[in-house]
Amino acid sequence: MASSKASRLGEEYVWRTRMDKVNAELVVLTYGAMVAQLCKDFDSDYVKVNQQLDKMGYNIGLRLIEDYLAKSNTFKRCSNFRETAEMIAKVGFKIFLNITPTITNWTSDGKQFSLVFDENPFADFVELPDDGRAQDELWYSNILCGVLRGALEMVQMQVEAKFVSDVLRGNDTTEMRISLIRYIDDELPPEDD
Amino acid sequence: MDEEDERGAVFWRLERIGYRVGQGLAERFSRDRPRFNDTLDVIKFLCKDIWTLVFRKQVDNLKTNHRGVYVLTDNAFRPFARMSAETSSQTLIRAQPFLWFPCGIIRGALAGLGINATVHAETTQMPTAIFQIKTVPAKS
Repeated sequence: MASSKASRLGEEYVWRTRMDKVNAELVVLTYGAMVAQLCKDFDSDYVKVNQQLDKMGYNIGLRLIEDYLAKSNTFKRCSNFRETAEMIAKVGFKIFLNITPTITNWTSDGKQFSLVFDENPFADFVELPDDGRAQDELWYSNILCGVLRGALEMVQMQVEAKFVSDVLRGNDTTEMRISLIRYIDDELPPEDD
Repeated sequence: MDEEDERGAVFWRLERIGYRVGQGLAERFSRDRPRFNDTLDVIKFLCKDIWTLVFRKQVDNLKTNHRGVYVLTDNAFRPFARMSAETSSQTLIRAQPFLWFPCGIIRGALAGLGINATVHAETTQMPTAIFQIKTVPAKS
């Protein structure tokens, strides 16, 4: 208990002192304008927009993990997936977005959990397009799923991440479901011919 | 699509996204300040307030010919801070796309404050960025 309290203070400290900050409104506006542009580019095919956001996030995640390892005070490998979940919610989201989603709905095998977002900085001032489809098809913050998938892949975990509810759609909560597919074995680099 | 067209498409998209962002920023952050007196006032707001919001520093130098052309020079443009490539000419070419989003922001912010303009950006020496704003006179 004592150690977990100390580490929470640690994240607050990392966030305050080590992270470069950017104006929140700038992020919200930029993300929003980008999603709007994607909706236009894909002719409101929201399935494709979701895919594209996930892909962009994936490419961010592949690089972001480096920054995470450099800036967070986490020195050791997570011993199980539960610990990984804690690190994602309490360290990752804290130092990059200054939010701490709640971890919940574990399956009994410890391979699937949900992150519930009480606040979502991307979703400020957002209204989904009023075309009768976006409410059912668009996952506005889908970039986050890609980020987690990419970041975890770089630390030997293949996961599936997807939103299952979003307050922007009129749901009561914003919930992301994360499932561990497998731990990726270290593969030897291909031999030089 | 050849490389030229692709660059054009990327420019068009980034510039538009920036435009929307610039409009929003101008709207939100000019709300509680006194009314602008003239175009120069608006440009100063752009160089100080908006630039600080987006790049955490102010524009270093502002020049104008007093006939609607303004040249903004940022000697340490944030997005260029950690960039390099093999040769300096290559760096300049590869850095160019990072100017397009800010161009859009400038054009959008000015439009939000009632000034129509065209914005052109270039860099000849990293990490300096030069933005040239040509205002379009309102039809009277």
